[in-house]
Amino acid sequence: MSAQPLIQMDGITKSFGSGAAAFQALKGIDLTIERGEFVAIMGPSGSGKSTTMNILGCLDVPTGGVFRFRGVEVQKLDRDQRSLLRRRYLGFVFQGFNLLARTTALENVELPLLYRGEKKAQRHAAAMHALDQVGLVPWATHTPAELSGGQQQRVAIARALVTQPDVLLADEPTGNLDSERSIEIMELLCRLNGEGITVLMVTHEEEMASYAKTIVRFRDGRVERIERGARSPANQGTAA
Amino acid sequence: MMLGSTLLLALREIRRHIMRSILTTLGIIIGVAAVVTMVTLGNGVTASVQDEISSLGASNFIVFPVRTTRGTIRPFDEADVRAVEQQIAGVKIAAGGAGTSATAFYNGQDWDTRIEGGTNPLLEAQTIAIKEGRAFTRDEEAAGKSVCLLGLKVREAIFPRGSSPVGARMRLGNVSCQVIGVMEERGQGGGADDDDVVYMPLKTVQRRFRGNDNLDFFVVKYDSAYAAASIQDALVDLLRERRLLQEAEPNDFNIIDTAQINQALGAVTGALTAMVAVIASISLLVGGIGIMNIMLVSVTERTREIGIRLAIGALAREVRLQFLTEAVVLCALGGLVGVGLAFGASLGLAAAIDVPFVFDPVINIVSFAFAAGMGIVFGYYPARRASQLDPIDALRHE
Repeated sequence: MSAQPLIQMDGITKSFGSGAAAFQALKGIDLTIERGEFVAIMGPSGSGKSTTMNILGCLDVPTGGVFRFRGVEVQKLDRDQRSLLRRRYLGFVFQGFNLLARTTALENVELPLLYRGEKKAQRHAAAMHALDQVGLVPWATHTPAELSGGQQQRVAIARALVTQPDVLLADEPTGNLDSERSIEIMELLCRLNGEGITVLMVTHEEEMASYAKTIVRFRDGRVERIERGARSPANQGTAA
Repeated sequence: MMLGSTLLLALREIRRHIMRSILTTLGIIIGVAAVVTMVTLGNGVTASVQDEISSLGASNFIVFPVRTTRGTIRPFDEADVRAVEQQIAGVKIAAGGAGTSATAFYNGQDWDTRIEGGTNPLLEAQTIAIKEGRAFTRDEEAAGKSVCLLGLKVREAIFPRGSSPVGARMRLGNVSCQVIGVMEERGQGGGADDDDVVYMPLKTVQRRFRGNDNLDFFVVKYDSAYAAASIQDALVDLLRERRLLQEAEPNDFNIIDTAQINQALGAVTGALTAMVAVIASISLLVGGIGIMNIMLVSVTERTREIGIRLAIGALAREVRLQFLTEAVVLCALGGLVGVGLAFGASLGLAAAIDVPFVFDPVINIVSFAFAAGMGIVFGYYPARRASQLDPIDALRHE
């Protein structure tokens, strides 16, 4: 497995609708992402970055091309197989936090482990460890309504971390936060990346993208440019 | 995902929306409570009717004279009873009775009551048991001695608690009489309280109170190996002959078959119970539709949550199972509360309308299972809809 890149996209296309109303969101994306990278995906709206993110997150399948995740051709998998892939290897962080309301931080973080069928004691220990990673142990029994936006996003990150995923996918993780909280979140993501997790992030803020080792710029359904950041000591694996 | 986790998720969800859960379940609670209460009360009414009928005695005919078209009533007498007993095959006992009313006095207390006159065979045919003391002796019956058996109400009304009235002398109207026993509780019978009665030898009532040998009625107890209809036919023929009725004249007497009353009343109460149970079942059905309605609203309201679960890696069948489990747990909880409510309600109502409380485990279990089953039926469609949502669309849902 280690010989293969973590993520490999070859000629990925995606269209929505059919016939005259068809809209081609992606017009042929080639992208390789190695383990341990921190990639920021940027681009104006409609450039295809969200569509790419959905495909990278195995939430959606491309219309054409080959998308390999850990060597597996994802476009050939069915819904449930992709669910199992997400459950095992992927963690999601969303712009709107997407925590379950009226549910404590701890229960929110435990949720992915419930789907893995882990025992209560293990669930609890793993969730507390994940909350510790984001510095929210004292807030474990609080519900989202009792937490600030930054804290909610950190709970969401803990939920994404709790399964020890290979990849953390963050879709505008700082979009709903003020600049101070945004910096906290970005520093947290950098730290996690330093601990070995591959981070893929969609953002439209240059300041946030500057935390990434690599910036992939989208325009009009294609990759416009790939920039290797100064922060990346071991950045070897991007190709257009 | 394990069943335990699914149940945990369902219970958390119900707890998160506790008020909505209660309101949703109310239909099921009321439906189950109504069905179980109605059936339980129906069983109670049936039991009480059967109890009443059995106080008339099983496999009995009760024969009494009726007013003719000429406006007269021709009573039966002991000779008629003897003829029936001796001449009709299959008759085990034929025994006449005559009654009147009087005021009972004892130790300064008085009580208006009924006097029934009868013999030991009549006591047997009417399945009247002696609680304290003894039945009549042959001599007391033949000589028309002034002795009596007390009904429970009369005993309570004029005799002090805690001491036996057996052996006491009391007065009935102006007849002095010795108490020789107390009857077991007889309950309601034919519109009268059969415990508010003093039982005396037939001869005593006829001579001391009525001044004639007439009978008000007589009871024919037959061997159940014989067909009731053939005995009844023989009875009619014999009585018409003894009363010299012409071919064209109608019977001037009536024969009641207690077994028939039993059957008829059983059928009526059974039909009533079934009807009420059907009506209550409709309310259960309405409750189930309410569950489906709320589950559908809940799926829409929780679209985003479903998106999160799918993104995290929930399988379609896990989401389906979660919503289905929620519906079933809601319905089962409703069923449980309904059964509990029905227990209290039927206990209270049975006491209020004076019928016995007959606990029927079958209707309780069936109603509960039906409620839980409705969770599956009415939860399936919403659950399927939830599981088929597209995760991307669901996450975008506002």
